[in-house]
Amino acid sequence: MKILETENLSRIFGGVVAVNDVNFSVYEGMVNGLIGPNGAGKTTLFNQITGMDKPTRGKIMFDGKDITGLPAWKISRLGIARTFQNIRLYRELTVVENVMMGLHFKVGSDPFKGRFAQAVKSYFCASKENRELYAQAMEWLSFFGMESEAQEFARNLPYGRQRELEIARALAAEPKVLFLDEPAAGMNPAETEHLMGIVDKIKKHGITVVLIEHDMKLVMNICDNITVLSFGQKIAEGSPEEIRSNPLVIEAYLGREDD
Amino acid sequence: MLNFFQLIIIYAGIYALMAIGQNCITGNTGMLSLCHAGFFCIGSYATGIICKTLGLSFWLSLPVAAICSAVVGFLIGVPTLRLKGDYLCIATLGLGEIIRNIATNMNPVGLMSIPRAELFGYQFSSRNKVTFILLVWFFVLVAYILFRQLSHSRIGRAMTAVREDEVAAQSNGINVAKYKIGAFTLGAAIGGTAGCFATAYTLTVQPSSYTFMVSVMVLCMVVLGGMGNLLGVIVGAFIIEFIQYFPQLVGLSSVIPAQATQIIYGLCLVVLMIWRPQGILGRDKYRYGDPRSAKERLVSFFRRGEKKGGKA
Amino acid sequence: MNTLIQYLQYFLNGVTLGAIYALIALGYTMVYGILKFINFAHGDILMIGAYTGLFTYTALLGESTNAAWMLTSFFIAMLVSMAFCAILGMFIEKIAYKPLRNANRLAPLLSAIGVSFILSNGAAWMFGTQSRRFPYPFDDTPIVIAGLSITPHQILTIVVSIIMMIVLTSFVNRTRMGKAMRATSLDQPTSELMGIDVNKVISMTFAIGSALAAVGGILASFDFRVYASMGTMTGLKAFVAAVIGGIGNIQGAMLGGIILGILESVGAPLLGIPSALRDTIAFATLIIILLVKPDGILGKNEREKV
Repeated sequence: MKILETENLSRIFGGVVAVNDVNFSVYEGMVNGLIGPNGAGKTTLFNQITGMDKPTRGKIMFDGKDITGLPAWKISRLGIARTFQNIRLYRELTVVENVMMGLHFKVGSDPFKGRFAQAVKSYFCASKENRELYAQAMEWLSFFGMESEAQEFARNLPYGRQRELEIARALAAEPKVLFLDEPAAGMNPAETEHLMGIVDKIKKHGITVVLIEHDMKLVMNICDNITVLSFGQKIAEGSPEEIRSNPLVIEAYLGREDD
Repeated sequence: MLNFFQLIIIYAGIYALMAIGQNCITGNTGMLSLCHAGFFCIGSYATGIICKTLGLSFWLSLPVAAICSAVVGFLIGVPTLRLKGDYLCIATLGLGEIIRNIATNMNPVGLMSIPRAELFGYQFSSRNKVTFILLVWFFVLVAYILFRQLSHSRIGRAMTAVREDEVAAQSNGINVAKYKIGAFTLGAAIGGTAGCFATAYTLTVQPSSYTFMVSVMVLCMVVLGGMGNLLGVIVGAFIIEFIQYFPQLVGLSSVIPAQATQIIYGLCLVVLMIWRPQGILGRDKYRYGDPRSAKERLVSFFRRGEKKGGKA
Repeated sequence: MNTLIQYLQYFLNGVTLGAIYALIALGYTMVYGILKFINFAHGDILMIGAYTGLFTYTALLGESTNAAWMLTSFFIAMLVSMAFCAILGMFIEKIAYKPLRNANRLAPLLSAIGVSFILSNGAAWMFGTQSRRFPYPFDDTPIVIAGLSITPHQILTIVVSIIMMIVLTSFVNRTRMGKAMRATSLDQPTSELMGIDVNKVISMTFAIGSALAAVGGILASFDFRVYASMGTMTGLKAFVAAVIGGIGNIQGAMLGGIILGILESVGAPLLGIPSALRDTIAFATLIIILLVKPDGILGKNEREKV
């Protein structure tokens, strides 16, 4: 089942075609890999889907709805969460507060009350709401085994932990689809191993994962479906085995033999 | 001397209101704005016009001043919102100057002999400073409570997120534009009420007094006291007003020229920034939803200090 | 026909004013390019420059009325003032900004505001609050050509500004130091790795910017007189000019200065509003430019990478 799909999505920066007529599909409940050499347009594609960038043309369908050109915050509320290639944590806030920000629009939004009434309620019951949020955030931290670092400032965490915290923050919003942009970049093998465990847990939790990654071992091990981009175009899609033996993919990564 | 102490307390109160507004914009939401003098100006004019030209009550002018400033704040907020950091600072600086320039051009003298504020037949006269102190500081207290609660609530959380990282805030479903404009509007409204009290105290409105320096002073109060730290901001207002009136206070205003206080003020700024760039009371230490008691937090705070000291 | 000549006259006055703005704007733009902070004390350096120039000039001149000596002592005064301001600029940077290089962005800004207070009030304290006239080092009778009147001091302003800009451009483009400056403004950590002494580059930037401000201050004092707070408004306007042209961009500062000068001079009569509103024109232009093209006319469009 496709939960998210792009139709002929393109993004042109000046004269450079960063993403060229890409039809990218995300299958529900799976770990979807997005790979390609540097500069293939992977992050640009992510940015367009998550609303951080506007597509030049094309369409993005999510859960049967057209989300093309919606602002990022609306898209995120529809159930698409993401992490960033260059970690973007709230550095001056504590670990647990970072996760609380991820919960921001989940708690205190009561479907039976108007938005104004909610805002007023939240204003007068701020500390109660904060305690509620705190408790939920701690649950998510325990999912990652980070309770002991809850009061630490995000900027003081080691690199690998920062990446995990970013995933925790994105996950706290309980998205339908979670986009991870190079989650293993800069991690040592042990940390990567730990990350693989986390992605597996997320998948078992029923959340669809899309991931950009350069670590082939990681990709081949945990992805159920892989899409390959090269120079802004989709050159292949399929299971890890199919991708591994696809001559086009090998060419994109290693260059043509007669070069 | 007591007289000057009272004067300092009154002006510290008026500026504390402004600083609370600036704190909402700069301290909580992280937007570097330099047009609080403009909001102050609009608030003052609103009061002046309502009390003198229209002959209505001061109490009516209070909400009107707040609304007028809020509207201007909103109108400034919407287009300049796309600008980041220093660019926003420059644009708001320009807008503040435009407001003053237009006000000066309409009537360089401003408004004089505005009727006094009245409450149940009691007139708040500038001669009786104690009642005026009570009036101003009552509103400072109200603003303090309102904004403290605001910064702890859902809205405050969202504003903090916007300050720390706009892109991340968007990805967490926070409507960055809404909170930025909101913070600007609220901060402007409070700046307007400060103008209201200033008019009620001096009973004049002079367009030449709303210079860019006023905005700078208000920003200094926020940074000196500690960004986002409401108590710190009020302390900052006190310090700056104290320096301002120091020569009068010690009765040496004839010996110490007016420039000397400004020089001391400048020196204080440079030294404080080098010595404690995070402000005197430091940034806001409120931790959202921290279930630990105040005592536990204090203990862990000192432990952390020990740990760091040991490492160093 | 008359109105055309009148507008040409406004235009000419605007160019003169713009040349002064451009000189001062260069200091703002160079510092911003390298340190990414607004040096609010720059306006007061131009005031110090004007005072130094004025005092040196009157001291050198004494009772003499010799036309050649007047002009010579004027240029000597200008050089002295440039040297003094360059040293002052470097000194301020060492004391007030260098310790804050790694602090948050607001700290150096406020420190600069503090320095600005110290300078302008110190000057008011020492030299009094009354304004002084900068005597013309020559006979300032306007020369009238086809109905357009141009005064010798306007010619001097334009000529000196052009020379300064040519010298600066060739310095930045031709010399090793200039290259180091450009490299530092592009990427400070990398240029440090390439063996550039960043501290020296920053000192040099402040020295050059302040020297140019001194020239700007002296030229401005023909029109605005010399007083302790002369730097505030002129400095702000010059800063606006730097932003209009694209802050961090040297050609942009020159262009922005000229554009702002012309707009200020021509704008009020063209729109039929009182000339007291010229500040509004300047700041409104600033806001429009910022909204349409936030990086200024010649600025690069820098997007934040996600």
